[in-house]
Amino acid sequence: MSDFPRWKYFLVAIVLVLGIVYALPNMFMPVPAVQITANRNGLIDQALEQKVGAALKQQNIAYQDLALSSDHLLASFANGDVQKSAADAIKAALGDNYTVAFNLRSTVPHWLTAIGARSMPLGLDLQGGVHFLMEVDQNDVIDKQETRYADDIRTSLRDKHIQYDSVNRNATRGQGVAIVLRSAADRTAAASVIAADYPDLATQDGAVTGDRFVLNAALRPEKLREFSLNAIRQNLGTLRNRINALGVSEPVIQQQGDSRIIVELAGVQDTAEAKKLIGATATLEYRGGYGTPQQAIDAARTGNVPPDARLYKGQDGRPYLLSKKIIARGDQLVDASSGFDQQSGTPMVSVTLNAAAAKSMLDYTTANVGKPMGVVYIERVVDTKIVDGKEVRTPKVTEEVINYATVNGVFGKNFQTTGLRSPKEASELALLLKGGSLAAPIDIVEERVIGPSLGQDNIAKGLKAVLIGLGLVLLAAAIYYKLFGLVADVALFFNLVLLVAVMSLIGVTLTMPGIAGIVLTLGMAIDANVLICERVREELRNGSTPLASIRAGYEKAWATILDANVTHLIAALALTTMGSGPIKGFGVTLLIGILTSMFTSVTVTHAITALIHGGRKLKTLSV
Amino acid sequence: MEIFNHNSNVNFLGLRKFSIGIAVLLMLASIALLATRGLDYGLDFTGGISAEVSYQQPVAVAEVREALAKAGMETAVVQSLGGTKEVSIRMQPTAAMKDEGGKVNLDKVSDVVSKALQAARPDATLKSRSSVSSQVGDELRSDGMVAAVFVIIGIGLYLWVRFERRFAIAALATEVHDVLITLGILALMRREFDLTVLASVLAVIGYSINDKVVVFDRIRELFRLARKAEPEEVLNRSINSTLSRTIITSLFTGITMAALYFIGGPVVHGFAITMLIGIVVGTLSSIFVASPILLWLGVSKKDLMPQTKENPELARRP
Repeated sequence: MSDFPRWKYFLVAIVLVLGIVYALPNMFMPVPAVQITANRNGLIDQALEQKVGAALKQQNIAYQDLALSSDHLLASFANGDVQKSAADAIKAALGDNYTVAFNLRSTVPHWLTAIGARSMPLGLDLQGGVHFLMEVDQNDVIDKQETRYADDIRTSLRDKHIQYDSVNRNATRGQGVAIVLRSAADRTAAASVIAADYPDLATQDGAVTGDRFVLNAALRPEKLREFSLNAIRQNLGTLRNRINALGVSEPVIQQQGDSRIIVELAGVQDTAEAKKLIGATATLEYRGGYGTPQQAIDAARTGNVPPDARLYKGQDGRPYLLSKKIIARGDQLVDASSGFDQQSGTPMVSVTLNAAAAKSMLDYTTANVGKPMGVVYIERVVDTKIVDGKEVRTPKVTEEVINYATVNGVFGKNFQTTGLRSPKEASELALLLKGGSLAAPIDIVEERVIGPSLGQDNIAKGLKAVLIGLGLVLLAAAIYYKLFGLVADVALFFNLVLLVAVMSLIGVTLTMPGIAGIVLTLGMAIDANVLICERVREELRNGSTPLASIRAGYEKAWATILDANVTHLIAALALTTMGSGPIKGFGVTLLIGILTSMFTSVTVTHAITALIHGGRKLKTLSV
Repeated sequence: MEIFNHNSNVNFLGLRKFSIGIAVLLMLASIALLATRGLDYGLDFTGGISAEVSYQQPVAVAEVREALAKAGMETAVVQSLGGTKEVSIRMQPTAAMKDEGGKVNLDKVSDVVSKALQAARPDATLKSRSSVSSQVGDELRSDGMVAAVFVIIGIGLYLWVRFERRFAIAALATEVHDVLITLGILALMRREFDLTVLASVLAVIGYSINDKVVVFDRIRELFRLARKAEPEEVLNRSINSTLSRTIITSLFTGITMAALYFIGGPVVHGFAITMLIGIVVGTLSSIFVASPILLWLGVSKKDLMPQTKENPELARRP
């Protein structure tokens, strides 16, 4: 048939083949596995592989496969029960230096993964796990910043010998700091000091009563927004670090809206453990160095620690002696960012302290130029172990020296840690310094636990619903529209394939509402074919020849299909803009489904119809 | 195969006083129902705690309710999750479910609920549990409203540009009718209104507008083709010639939603049932409600013709 050009056949063929290839990975069910990652002191190597293999053999646990990769070892098992006992056996054999977590091993063949084909990740409702929605307390961010500026302004004014009555935060949060001065001249001077020292603050003259001249200094709105965004980002970073320590594979840690964070941990059932970790208290301490490195090694060997010092371990396992006196603590640290030292060009971390810590830092460095100073990272996590069938919770404190450097000069509020080995190390240190504690407290506002059996139940039911829904529509269309119905059936089947392929390619997480969206899409995609078939029938009734009827049927139906689908797309688009999980998953599925159905219902059926009827003299049509 | 007489010429427009009268009545009844009884908002919107429980042997909802009431949880809403062995429980958290700080602790929730249920029936096991703060729910409700308004306005604008003002107004009025009645039926059936049901209601808008557009498209086409177009006759002919498509598509979509309802499990029950209600309401309103409104707004051949001269793209359309 001449009105269906050859290039369109190629297009249809190519799209269909690509669709099949990219939808294929979903046919390979992942197998239960145990993932072993190293903590700071562990190594992932052949020896570990042998050790794990031996431990499993000893317990008579059959494993399918041990796969070694650069940063983890993955052992896969026949079913969930074996996986569970294997994880216990491996944990017992490896001890604290490794994190052992449940995972799934993909069974997708390599040639598929090599071309970027992968299966859709499953949502929590399909595989079980815990879900948290957390709210970041933005008020706390503002409180912290305003308190800090009040402190700093007090110090600056004192330094510049400007007399003031008081510097205090305004009663209303977000209104900034009120500075009460004694004369108009002082007020002008104070305003210019603030303008010079704190570009992030905007000053405004307030009321004058008697000899009280009020000057208001408030954070610029864009800066305020930046601070709250930073708070979220920093909390995300901290949470990511902590959850990685939990060893959950592929955790979802996402920002939602301006002040919320979603955490989803697949396979985890114990919310208590996850919550402890998420809310874990971690902090930093700056302490003066003590003695020589040799003294530290001796102290570690003999156990004789000098009375004024404490013995710590570094990240690399080396011992350090630090003074018992704390110079500054993590909550006094205002900011830390990584960058490059302008003089030497080496990576560095620049740190800003608040007024109180700046003073004690200044005192310490004045007296101790040339001596070392260390940063200790302290984390408190509550560990849960099962002893004699009972849960025993023990708080576990980890203290570690994350940085040990020599004081090169006198400094206070702002200083740099230089001599770091790589930009990566610098950014990691900055993250650790900042992420030591959460930037703002978080509140868990939503919490769900989905049992693993429920997940499997949902998958089975969802799959069955898709297949039976599809089967019924295929049957109905074939009966009602005969040959044209069968053509529509082929297209509908390919619509499912393409929909799955596009969803997998984009990496849409499959959820139960998403499956409902797939079923609905299948039901509505047939509409375009109904429109076409009805049109063809009408044309035939009006006395057109079969071929002319096909042509007119497709042409006339197309305008309607387009209008109907665009209005439907608008509805689907609105669904995807709704931030919330289940609705969004459904909306995305619907959106993709409408687009793929326009291609399969119109172009694919047209190609097949043209192929069947083209070049033949027809008396009747089977429609 | 053909179920519908292709020469059908039912005078749908002749029934317009009757059909619109019923539509208005149903809308008023829905509004009254929503105002007095209201929707049975799910956990997503109200906040609180929920749990899904499965039993090894069949259990009656009343039995579960009684077991909870005995343990001091009288306000719990217990619903069957399809089948006789699984139920969902929703309630506001009691004091025993909270930490010292007044926050809900899910471990305590599962302790309290399991204990209460197992006291009556030892074969009860908790399959999932959730807690949602009410503040999240308030936001969701307003988000849902915004999304619905966005859908309706967006579709209205598109129809205004592609068709004509009257078509946009008629479609929007029918949309409001469909959504109100769907919600009204949900309230009548005391169906739990959760996030997936909200998604379904928004999908109903999409489905039903799809249906109207097909009829409107035919109306435009017939107006342009006809030499002497009596609006009432054109509208009647449009509805009749698209009747087969309207009903067949509804049947096909209905089949898939029925499959989802019977097989898809409790999670998508609400979704499927809402969609089924919406399909029925939307199909009826495509046939009986949208076109009479169009006629009353005074649609005529004149309104559709000049546009083709101004807009070359439309001229190419049939």
